[in-house]
Amino acid sequence: MSHVLDVSIQKQFLPQTNSRGGENGAVAPNHHGKGTTSVVPPSPLKTRVLAPEAGLEVKFQAPSGFTIIFGASGAGKTTLLNCVAGLSRPDTGRIVVEDRILFDKERRVSISAAQRRIGYVFQDLALFPHLTSEQNIAYGLAKLDRHEQHSRTQAILESFKISHLRQRKPGDLSGGERQRVALARSLVTDPRALLLDEPLAALDFPTKSRILDDLRLWNEAHRVPILYVTHSRDEVFALGENVLVMEQGRIVEQGSPHQVMTAPRMETVAQLAGFENIFNGVVEAVHEDRGTLTCRVADTNVRLETPLVRAGVGAKLKVGIRAGDILLATAEPREISARNVIPGTVISAERRDMVVVARVRCGEYSATPESAVTPSAALEIEVQLTLAARDSLRLIEGRVVWLVVKTHSCHLIAS
Amino acid sequence: MDWQALTLTLRLATLVSAALLCLGLPIAYWITYSRWRWKFLIEAVVALPLVLPPTVLGFYVLIALGPRSPLGRFWQALTGHTLAFTFEGLLLGSILYSLPFAVQPFAASFAAVDRRLLAASATLGASNWRTFFRIILPLSGAGVLTGVVLSFAHTLGEFGVVLMVGGNIPGVTRTVSIDIYDKVQAVDYASANLTALVLLVISFVALSSVYAINRGVFFLGVNQTRLRGENGGEPRA
Repeated sequence: MSHVLDVSIQKQFLPQTNSRGGENGAVAPNHHGKGTTSVVPPSPLKTRVLAPEAGLEVKFQAPSGFTIIFGASGAGKTTLLNCVAGLSRPDTGRIVVEDRILFDKERRVSISAAQRRIGYVFQDLALFPHLTSEQNIAYGLAKLDRHEQHSRTQAILESFKISHLRQRKPGDLSGGERQRVALARSLVTDPRALLLDEPLAALDFPTKSRILDDLRLWNEAHRVPILYVTHSRDEVFALGENVLVMEQGRIVEQGSPHQVMTAPRMETVAQLAGFENIFNGVVEAVHEDRGTLTCRVADTNVRLETPLVRAGVGAKLKVGIRAGDILLATAEPREISARNVIPGTVISAERRDMVVVARVRCGEYSATPESAVTPSAALEIEVQLTLAARDSLRLIEGRVVWLVVKTHSCHLIAS
Repeated sequence: MDWQALTLTLRLATLVSAALLCLGLPIAYWITYSRWRWKFLIEAVVALPLVLPPTVLGFYVLIALGPRSPLGRFWQALTGHTLAFTFEGLLLGSILYSLPFAVQPFAASFAAVDRRLLAASATLGASNWRTFFRIILPLSGAGVLTGVVLSFAHTLGEFGVVLMVGGNIPGVTRTVSIDIYDKVQAVDYASANLTALVLLVISFVALSSVYAINRGVFFLGVNQTRLRGENGGEPRA
């Protein structure tokens, strides 16, 4: 089947002119009767701070089935869903579901949220607190006759295994039960597309996987595009057919979970924070057959074998290595699986709380450690080891060591 | 005890409450959800009777009802008599006078309804009309009740507007508060005391029952405290 949800929109996050602005807004009933809906500010408790200069600019096609939207909070995921649902209005662009234009700036089409037939499960579910589970689920079926309403509601209550909860109100349900009611409420309306905003974030693993199973079953029967927002890697691999990675309002990567999760762009700026060692690298060789790359660390003769990413020879990347992922040896290791063995000299080893942070100078290394090394050609790598390891290795300044780094401990980041 | 004045007052207050329920709900809805930038002007106008001396309000209402105003002329053409010094005129003045007492609690309770519920309602295909009657109104029960009772109690006690607009015509515009004033003027403290006491008791009973209901003292089918916890606080995971 060809793509069924086609989104190409831009939206500027306006500078907040008053204290009530915000992008996480919900919908206000409209007053001008033009069939459009306007965004109103959210309650202050839920306002998420977004960088004011960040805008949303995305273009993608989601086939039927799951499309995971993955990204850090503040990347614009919820805003994107709100635009698709019609709760928020893009500045320009188009949104089409199955040849039905929901929004088109040029043609001045903007179908109201109520007319879009897009199911939306909100992050905090937004179950109607004064209605029972059954009434919540039947809410979206108002246009059907009473008999049809009843039979559809009963069917979905059974398939989501929540028949026994039909008379209970949301306040009397557990987290997992409420999640099921919220899903059932959106699915029962037979939506043309489904938007799920971190629907399972708050659940424990067993509950989560049971709900995911139900959702997969429903998806197999209905085959509509499902945009599933998450920032959990587990969920990406559990559901992924197609993954979009968002960062600062842009889609920075798209593909299968495996492709996306191993792509250099996967390591976003936010994730860089955990890496003690970040170097500029240049791709020297691509080994498609072995699934690796050879990268030279810029301005040095240090070469690293790294996982394969889509990059050609000469491409500039950043290589990130965690200080704790590096082994340190005082004799040259041989017959070892790790592909990167780098000789160097300890230039400092200081104790920080219960770990020792050693700095090792590598590159332009010659057999005599006393020989001069020009600073620009050298590379300093931070290594963490335990106090006991320091003592047994008798690690002191000036000691010649070999650093051992596994291929998959080298993380690539697009520069 | 002037029973005629009492029944007239209760009739007036009931009609004012009913009218403000019909009129106040759409006004409060508009005030809550409109994004018009000059909205604050309307909010100020609605709140004016709170601070304006009743004589000022009464004076303008009297002018507006008089034969020289468009409204007065229209009414005269329709019914053959002027609005001033009639029960209808008094009703109109009282509605204006008690407007904020209905609209403000209505608007406050609408604003307290989580906007996400409205968004959810919209994505489930509900019209604004349906969202209002199925979601906003049921979740604003306490505020609506408060507004209705406050406007009732406030109308019971009005004096200045009645005097300006209605005059003091027994059976037509002579309300309990005017009656008390007359009795005091006539140094009939005993009957003034009795009438004042009746008014005090009615007002107290009305207000205390509203507060009791809002605190969930009586079970009303919907547990108000739970609603508030569900709705106003952080979303429960």
